[in-house]
Amino acid sequence: MRSLLRTFRTALRAIRRNILRSGLTTLGIIIGVGAVIAMEEIGQGSSTAIQKTIQSMGANTLLVQPGTASSGGVSFGSGSITTLTPQDAEAILRECSAVSAAAPIARVRAQVVYGNRNWVPTYIYGSTPAFLTVREWEELEQGEPFTDRDVRNGASVCLLGQTLVRQLFGDESPIGKEIRVQNVSLKVIGVLGRKGANMMGVDQDDIVLAPWTTIKFRVAGSSATTSNQSAAVVGDPNQKVNSLNDRYPAQQTGLYLTPSASQLANTPQPIRFTNVDQILVQAKSDLDIPVAVRQITDLLHDRHNIRPGQPNDFNVRDMTELSKAMSSTSDLMSGLLLCVAMISLAVGGVGIMNIMLVSVTERTREIGLRMAVGANSSDILRQFLMEAIVLCLFGGAMGIVAGEGASWAVNFFLGWPTELSLRAIFAAVGVSVAVGVIFGFYPAWRASKLDPIEALRYE
Amino acid sequence: MNLIELKDIHKTYHLGEIDVPVLKGVSLSIAQGEMIALMGSSGSGKTTLMNLLGCLDHPTSGEYWLDGEEISKMSYAARAQIRNRKIGFVFQSFNLLPRTSALDQVMMPLEYTARELPRSEQIGMARKLLEMVGLGNRLDHEPSQLSGGQQQRIAIARALVNRPPLLLADEPTGNLDSQTTVEILQMFRRLNDEEGITVILVTHENEVAAEAKRIIRMKDGRIENGAFVPDMQFAAAS
Repeated sequence: MRSLLRTFRTALRAIRRNILRSGLTTLGIIIGVGAVIAMEEIGQGSSTAIQKTIQSMGANTLLVQPGTASSGGVSFGSGSITTLTPQDAEAILRECSAVSAAAPIARVRAQVVYGNRNWVPTYIYGSTPAFLTVREWEELEQGEPFTDRDVRNGASVCLLGQTLVRQLFGDESPIGKEIRVQNVSLKVIGVLGRKGANMMGVDQDDIVLAPWTTIKFRVAGSSATTSNQSAAVVGDPNQKVNSLNDRYPAQQTGLYLTPSASQLANTPQPIRFTNVDQILVQAKSDLDIPVAVRQITDLLHDRHNIRPGQPNDFNVRDMTELSKAMSSTSDLMSGLLLCVAMISLAVGGVGIMNIMLVSVTERTREIGLRMAVGANSSDILRQFLMEAIVLCLFGGAMGIVAGEGASWAVNFFLGWPTELSLRAIFAAVGVSVAVGVIFGFYPAWRASKLDPIEALRYE
Repeated sequence: MNLIELKDIHKTYHLGEIDVPVLKGVSLSIAQGEMIALMGSSGSGKTTLMNLLGCLDHPTSGEYWLDGEEISKMSYAARAQIRNRKIGFVFQSFNLLPRTSALDQVMMPLEYTARELPRSEQIGMARKLLEMVGLGNRLDHEPSQLSGGQQQRIAIARALVNRPPLLLADEPTGNLDSQTTVEILQMFRRLNDEEGITVILVTHENEVAAEAKRIIRMKDGRIENGAFVPDMQFAAAS
């Protein structure tokens, strides 16, 4: 240990003897390591930013849909049976560790009326506040989102997408106004941020978002018999006379006699559970998606009493396309950074080797002298190797400072996102020592193989 | 038992196809405490003999006994050990490390012998030697701030730091003016007299050789005269 310390001290002395040249040599490593760290941190920052953007497009969301109904070998397609409940959504959030949010969705397609304008939005979604979390849509343009309490109460409130606001309100502020969906008036309490079209080209801003209880029990309840609104209007003239104060749907004309209490008790009807059309789930990260899919599948198997071998009454979809885009982006990014790092460190290493070779030639007499006073070749090898390593370590340390400074400057002056990367720092120091050993070995080996007689006589 | 015993040493250099015999059967002996001048014209083989004596090279044939050890068959690393423990070198061109303080110069050989010695003790040893050669007030000076004589004195201090029984000086005064030459030679003399160190001076100057107690002359790879230890009466008389 002490001899190592002594070698280290000798190396320091030798480096100090030629401070300018040593400084220039380390400059190569400083720039190399600094570049690696700065690139890594800037790259990490932008990579994270890009991943966040892709995530907001829904890369780590999963969609749980009811399964298919089939009759006599004819399948009616996904969603044709109603098997999912809001309690499923709660259970998924509670019991699946890879899931960070779950929102049940009830859908309806209907006309929305405000004043003398009307519009049929692409989406009328009933959900919970978690919907906004899953879709990364928490930033509202105006107003406030609805709350869990609104969901429990089935409050007549809604959030509007930008397209809908433009169609119904023009330049007017929609906040506090009441719109009517299927004759149910909903108070607009917020306007969603702009999201634009999704990957399929469907306008995502064309949306009414309300608590799912409101959509399920107030809005959809009124159109249980038919989804054709115009038919309903024609079929039931009472509905034409709508009063804004009538918050509950008009009664359908009863086709059957109302059973009495005793009749009901004698012939119990199967009570239809409340179903939702979809459950939107957010996985903790894109890496957790496969885990989340497995956990949700297991959980719903349990909850729906599906025995092994029986077909599922639900299916779980992930956004494979998006997550692929995401992983390929980050792969590309890290590959690019690795290339830059390797090149700059190789350049720095060659610089070190160059200077060490010059140094060996210049100090031939010193080497001869050291051998004459009893240094053997391993001593000389160790000394020159140590010098190279010390140079590289020093360069590495300076490089860390330079790299951190550069990434800070980029963050501060250009506003690019950067991320402190401990991995880059450790890697840079490790690599700079490795560079010192690898590129310092050849000159050191040459020095150790010098003939002391020749070396002493060298001019 | 003599300090140095050479028996029929041959040294032949192979330059491509041609064999160049430089030493053609050298035998000599040197006793502990002698002060010897090794003389000869250039090409006589005195530098080669010097390298052999300094364990920097090994002979083609023959035996070399130094302090009871046979050197000629030793490995490279073993010879490095011998150099370190038994021999101090002083060179014509001083061979000091540039931009290094006198103290560090003198301590340099200790890096290879006394690694486990605490640094403070090493400094103490080096300081004592520098005081002995009269540079006690120049400990922090670098070679460029010192005269040739002072530089050579540092070199001598460095050669002595491992307390070797043998001091080899290769034209130690070749680069010095006559005044400092006298000073340096006096120092060798003193070391020889007071410390009992065996000194071998390689030189071609008669004034320098005159300081020695015995002169070994070489010619054409052979020793012309003075190869063996004179008997004691004779040595005392001279």
